[in-house]
Amino acid sequence: MEKRFLHFPRLPSGGGDFILDSLMDAIIDLLQQNALMPRADMARLLDMELEEVESAIAKLEAEGIVLGYQAIINREKYDTDKVTAIIEVKITPERDGGFDRIASRIAKFEEVQSCYLVSGGYDLLIVIEAANLRNAAAFVAEKLSTIEAVQATATHFRLKTYKENGAFHLFESVTERLSVSP
Amino acid sequence: MSIEIADHVRDIPRSGIRDFFEIVQTMDDVISLGIGEPDFATPWHIREAAIYALERGRTGYTSNLGLPRLRRSISDYVRKKFDVRYEPLSEVLVSVGVSESIDLALRALLNPGDEVLYHEPCYVSYAPSITLARGVARPIETRAEDGFRLTAPALEKAVSPRTRVLMMNFPTNPTGATMTPAELEEIAAVCIRHNLVVMTDEIYSELTFDEGHHTSIASLPGMKERTVFLHGVSKAFAMTGWRIGFACAPVELIEAMMKIHQYAILCAPIMGQDATIEALERGDESVAKMRSEYQMRRNFITRALNDMGLDCPKPKGSFYVFPKISSTGLTSREFSMRLLNEEKVAVVPGTAFGPSGEGHVRCSFATGLDQIKVAMERMAAFVSRVSSTKP
Repeated sequence: MEKRFLHFPRLPSGGGDFILDSLMDAIIDLLQQNALMPRADMARLLDMELEEVESAIAKLEAEGIVLGYQAIINREKYDTDKVTAIIEVKITPERDGGFDRIASRIAKFEEVQSCYLVSGGYDLLIVIEAANLRNAAAFVAEKLSTIEAVQATATHFRLKTYKENGAFHLFESVTERLSVSP
Repeated sequence: MSIEIADHVRDIPRSGIRDFFEIVQTMDDVISLGIGEPDFATPWHIREAAIYALERGRTGYTSNLGLPRLRRSISDYVRKKFDVRYEPLSEVLVSVGVSESIDLALRALLNPGDEVLYHEPCYVSYAPSITLARGVARPIETRAEDGFRLTAPALEKAVSPRTRVLMMNFPTNPTGATMTPAELEEIAAVCIRHNLVVMTDEIYSELTFDEGHHTSIASLPGMKERTVFLHGVSKAFAMTGWRIGFACAPVELIEAMMKIHQYAILCAPIMGQDATIEALERGDESVAKMRSEYQMRRNFITRALNDMGLDCPKPKGSFYVFPKISSTGLTSREFSMRLLNEEKVAVVPGTAFGPSGEGHVRCSFATGLDQIKVAMERMAAFVSRVSSTKP
């Protein structure tokens, strides 16, 4: 298999001056599974030096490949009044710039957590969070719908979460393994 | 009245693993690195396919040899991954785990007194299965210096006029040993010269690391006709509880194995067979994901063991490491018992896999990283304590 290399700044420790692409992929995988994993553990898992892992992550952050790290909150247990809604938005694209300008205008609202341009019967799919139902309704009625290019919206409120960002809210039962087996 | 047990059954010693398991069972909060099965549940798409099959009412017997559709999947899979062609309807038998296929093949091949060679340390069932089939078990000791590989000179030396079969298992449980194609060719030459049948248990073959390619001895020239290729879905597909294995071999042997299988077992459960079709046809990605996870844990555990002063080469396959513990001055059994009692970490004494496992213990990395981490910390504390008090 052909190996590809990413350019990588020479390490002060005198380590290698590039890192295998596949190792970068592996680091991203580990960060996505658990961004808090100690970097020394990552180094052991990937058979790298600690400094190599640290500088690889610094590079991912500097290049904007890793945009941030967040906690996944179980809303059944904390801040239960908070409302999440998924809103389908149909908009009129502009002659110059298509959907981008209007999409970024919508995305800038604090309530909007995610904003995607999608194929299908509507154009933007946005995910909003609001302190309560009243605030969510106000956002849709007063802010979103009043934007001139917005033709129509359909709001779906979250009732229950089963899985979020790869994490299950209802856990699978742990299988009981024999404690020693051949 | 006292019931008399047949001599050849009574004389089989209790499994060393069984002994150890019973002690571990009585203790709480033990972290076990003694488990020879994946910690992953079967990938969801496979479980889901099995549920669908159940919903459609697929709950009956199958052909003795296994579902024809599954045998075609097996034949395709083995051709694609191992480069050997087997006729799906006559050269493939689906069994209850690889263990059953091993038993069937031995019973079909051996006359009383025939000798079977196998490399040791090895999986715990080989010697008893040979004995139960009225054969004579002849272990070939392999050495840490050779990476626990089977060498042609050692094999040559062990062959006698009564030798009928050579059993192989690469990657090896418990040592993680693997063989290169050139080394396999040397073994094949000895087998051809002495007209041996080879039984090759390749259950860990998908768990070959570092983008290495696994070669089956069955794919070498002149070998298919004298080889029983044994494989199953337990390890790589995390399907231990489904109990599905299979044997691929020349027609006359499959026919003979089928005779035993049909009267003893009838057929492997259809639920497992349906799940296995999904696994073999669409399971590559799930296997790759698990393999990459095992590889990372292998890196972790190997470095941790070496850091604590135990000599532990990095295995190229399986989910076991087999560190040398003789530097602590303890025997395998003492080491394992004391580690269990003092630090509540279970590893399996190397001697459970044959006397040549002395001086080693088997640690499985089919356990979550969080557990492995704690186990390594405890083990390091134990090793440093033992080494500092060594006479």
